[in-house]
Amino acid sequence: MCTTCGCPEEGHDHHHDHDGHLPGTRITIETDILAKNNRYAAGNRALFKANGIFALNLVSSPGSGKTTILERTLCDLSGNLRCAVIEGDQQTDNDARRIAATGVPVKQINTGAGCHLDAHMVGHALEELPTREMDILFIENVGNLVCPASFDLGEAHKVVVLSVTEGEDKPLKYPQMFHAADVMLLNKIDLLPYLDFDVEKCLEMARRVSPGIRIFQLSAKSGQGMAEWYEWLRGKG
Amino acid sequence: MHELSIVQGVVELCEQHCGGRRVLAVTLEIGSLSGAVPEALEFCFEAATKGTLLEGAELEIERVEATGYCSDCGVVSPVETYFDSCPSCGAPALLLRTGEEMRVKDLEVE
Ligand SMILES: Nc1nc2c(ncn2[C@@H]2O[C@H](COP(=O)(O)OP(=O)(O)OP(=O)(O)O)[C@@H](O)[C@H]2O)c(=O)[nH]1
Ligand SMILES: [Mg+2]
Ligand SMILES: [Zn+2]
Repeated sequence: MCTTCGCPEEGHDHHHDHDGHLPGTRITIETDILAKNNRYAAGNRALFKANGIFALNLVSSPGSGKTTILERTLCDLSGNLRCAVIEGDQQTDNDARRIAATGVPVKQINTGAGCHLDAHMVGHALEELPTREMDILFIENVGNLVCPASFDLGEAHKVVVLSVTEGEDKPLKYPQMFHAADVMLLNKIDLLPYLDFDVEKCLEMARRVSPGIRIFQLSAKSGQGMAEWYEWLRGKG
Repeated sequence: MHELSIVQGVVELCEQHCGGRRVLAVTLEIGSLSGAVPEALEFCFEAATKGTLLEGAELEIERVEATGYCSDCGVVSPVETYFDSCPSCGAPALLLRTGEEMRVKDLEVE
């Protein structure tokens, strides 16, 4: 049996015409498939607005340094700003435990087989966080440069993290994600002396895919460049 | 594999609109820059529709080609990537007009 549409033939093409059917009734829908996610995202956005929360959705490939950037940011900022974190990973609460060690409220979401956070999951996580006492919410998405691009969580900005060990052409290889982001953190610049990474070329490619993208070059390890990022956060974008 | 969540979204939308009748066919409109791969959608469709009113329904995917508007010369041109420059005046960026859609267009019910 054909596995694509369940019809008994094999190897035919799937552009069926409908002549073989008894005439059915056609119903026009014209609705965005992600409409439900977008409704939940709008709900989250309303909650952020009502409570004055600046929400950021951090996206990247696995291991670019999202959690390390957050650990350092939280240690340096949480004296003045009330921060909270939602951690998305397929499995484990390792990242949530790293964040909890900084003393900041954190909620882990495990997506299991899922490759991205969606707005509904984030809405439930928010129920368990002190949204009335929160200035900035960082949402660390599942490490994946593809799928999280399509799912609005209600954030003010998608912040894409790219580390210099990944190669400078990532913006062109994963254009949908870089197009969806309007802030980019170029991380691990402490490693530049050991690599052939061309920073200018990388920035140029990021701007081609996302004109007007705001870029911070930093190292979560050495602390270099973090001050500009903090300044932007304090000014809330 | 976010195509699976997309197909689940399709199933939900259809079940809301089909008035409890069996769905014979669904037509989707998928933009060429939407990030959803038609083959992957087809692949997930059978598994995701099992035991629903869409079980056995035909999936029809209409590809929507991407176009972009040039704010320099005002021309709308076909677009292949997020970073195409304007083919008519060479301006470096185009504003996408079409190509990002992921829509259920219509249904055929019993
Ligand atoms: N040299 C250097 N290493 C870094 C820097 N930032 C992070 N790392 C290292 O990169 C590795 C991955 O960092 P994480 O912060 O866990 O990365 P992540 O993006 O949260 O990873 P996932 O959540 O698994 O996607 C760790 O070994 C970090 O110590 C940096 O600025 N410089
Ligand atoms: Mg992490
Ligand atoms: Zn032009």
